[in-house]
Amino acid sequence: MTIDVVGVTKRFKTFAALDNVSLTIRTGELVALLGPSGSGKTTLLRIIAGLEWPDSGEVRFDGEDALARSVRERNVGFVFQHYALFRHMNVFENVAFGLRVRRGADKLPEAAIREKVNELLSLVQIDWLAERYPAQLSGGQRQRVALARALAISPRVLLLDEPFGALDAKVRKELRRWLRHLHEELPVTSVLVTHDQEEALELADRVVVMGHGKIEQVGSPAEVYDNPATAFVHDFIGETIALPGEVKGGALYLGGHALGLDSQGVADGPARILARPHDVDLADPGATPISGKVLAVRTFGPTRRADVQLAGRDGPVVVEAAVPHGQTLEPGTQVGLRPRRYKVFAA
Amino acid sequence: MSALGESAGPAAERGASEGLPSALAQAHAYAAQHRPVRTEPRAVRIALTLVALAFLTLFIGLPLVAVFYEAFKRGWQAYVAALIEPDALAAIRLTLIVAAISVVANLLFGLVASWCIAKFEFPGKTFLITLIDLPFSVSPVVAGLVYVLLFGSQGLFAAYLQAWDIKIIFALPGIVLATIFVTFPFVARELIPLMQEQGTAEEEAAISLGASGLSTFFRVTLPNVKWALLYGVLLCNARAMGEFGAVSVVSGHVRGLTNTMPLHIEILYNEYQFVASFAVASLLALLALVTLVAKTILEHRLAEEDR
Repeated sequence: MTIDVVGVTKRFKTFAALDNVSLTIRTGELVALLGPSGSGKTTLLRIIAGLEWPDSGEVRFDGEDALARSVRERNVGFVFQHYALFRHMNVFENVAFGLRVRRGADKLPEAAIREKVNELLSLVQIDWLAERYPAQLSGGQRQRVALARALAISPRVLLLDEPFGALDAKVRKELRRWLRHLHEELPVTSVLVTHDQEEALELADRVVVMGHGKIEQVGSPAEVYDNPATAFVHDFIGETIALPGEVKGGALYLGGHALGLDSQGVADGPARILARPHDVDLADPGATPISGKVLAVRTFGPTRRADVQLAGRDGPVVVEAAVPHGQTLEPGTQVGLRPRRYKVFAA
Repeated sequence: MSALGESAGPAAERGASEGLPSALAQAHAYAAQHRPVRTEPRAVRIALTLVALAFLTLFIGLPLVAVFYEAFKRGWQAYVAALIEPDALAAIRLTLIVAAISVVANLLFGLVASWCIAKFEFPGKTFLITLIDLPFSVSPVVAGLVYVLLFGSQGLFAAYLQAWDIKIIFALPGIVLATIFVTFPFVARELIPLMQEQGTAEEEAAISLGASGLSTFFRVTLPNVKWALLYGVLLCNARAMGEFGAVSVVSGHVRGLTNTMPLHIEILYNEYQFVASFAVASLLALLALVTLVAKTILEHRLAEEDR
């Protein structure tokens, strides 16, 4: 099902949670809403679900006005951040809930309910837990119950609010793959809210990066990582080295030195030069205009990072540079930095 | 638990000094260093426990025993006779009726009030929460007086009440009103914190799965608070049956008509009918004991649900 969000604005008292947001989600897509807390991503998800109403704007499901329908009638499967399982019902009854509350012509006979619930429980691979209560389940199992419960109403849209937020790293990775697989098996359009960039980049067909109630960029995981549209996206996704520079007469300057780098069409004035640590090479301090003193070198797992202090526009700036394997770098020495790929944004 | 630790402690130390393998000895040394933070000497602990027990016996245990002792002083026959006497039966009946009405009323009020306080945001919420606590801080006598001032023969609504021939003060409605006022906070006070802690996510989940508001309430909200609700009802009932001050002001003390059990007890006592007075009092004491047992069971259930 296609979901169109058109010019949606939502305020909580004086705080603008969403500011004129428009977005189209295509049928069968898995879209991730990615952003820091307070960026409005959860509010947008809840508006799509019908748990929240926008102050202005439209939400359309397959062209039909969704705002005219309440959450009950929208037929969306919603997986809550902390799962919100019914604590006094066992797993089976939790999943059966959406079928049991049906009234009139939609009401299913008990046998059909049992069959459907058992089918769902085996789909999410927890059929052996049917008699357990939520308090007796692990985080990953609760997540599966929440998913099965949401899928019980055969939703055409599946909305997931930080689905892996409360799980430990290993389970998270495993469930991520599994969810992707599930999404491909089912005729469903999925929208996922997360603050975890790795999750969004690995899982989603398209990533919607949000900040301060606005959409900063919509694109494939590769697009938003390699070609961030704004400084916000560059900062938020992946690691970033940020240099406070300046554009003068079309040329880039850092702390008064000309850098000899392309200003990428940014107008004269203060600018930020952003690069990924792995796109910056270490060089001889004399051979490049960017150089500074190594303050410390840290190793974590396969990566090594050096804190390098550079002379910035208004005083020293410390950046984190990647140190390639096999190269030693002593704190206190001078080192040069040469960016291979970088982006310039007006500051 | 503590007794077990104590008996194991010295034995283990002895074992360690008698040349056990060194790793085990180290483990014992470690355990000794990390003894639970309970530094008071044994004598102090025993003394404190004894003081507490002495106070309990003196102030709660003895009076309770005294009630039953006085009640049975003249034997079974006198006890039973005091209870089946028409005025006593009327008092018991009235108390049951008043408690039944006010518990049901406060069950409904309490549920509605805590539901809207816990699940919705609205202006004046803090004020409402304070207001619910008012009966706890106002003297019951004042509460009774307020109703006299409102509904009494010189009261604010006296003219209307006389015109319609409705009697509130010195009659059942007044007693019920005063009791409801005094017992209002019990159910709400139990439910509000629990409902606030549970939040609204489960209700949202139910509605997103297609449940109506009513069905969400009966299938999700109510089952989630059922033990706390019962607990509140229990306390509410105990207080409703035992309430003296507020009821005393509005009742008028008409024998066999507007006397509840506590009022009946007072009258008997003032008339030096000690056996009869303590016999009726023993019923209230029994109610207290039953309430206590039920309360303990419910607290256990509540703690279990909290896991």
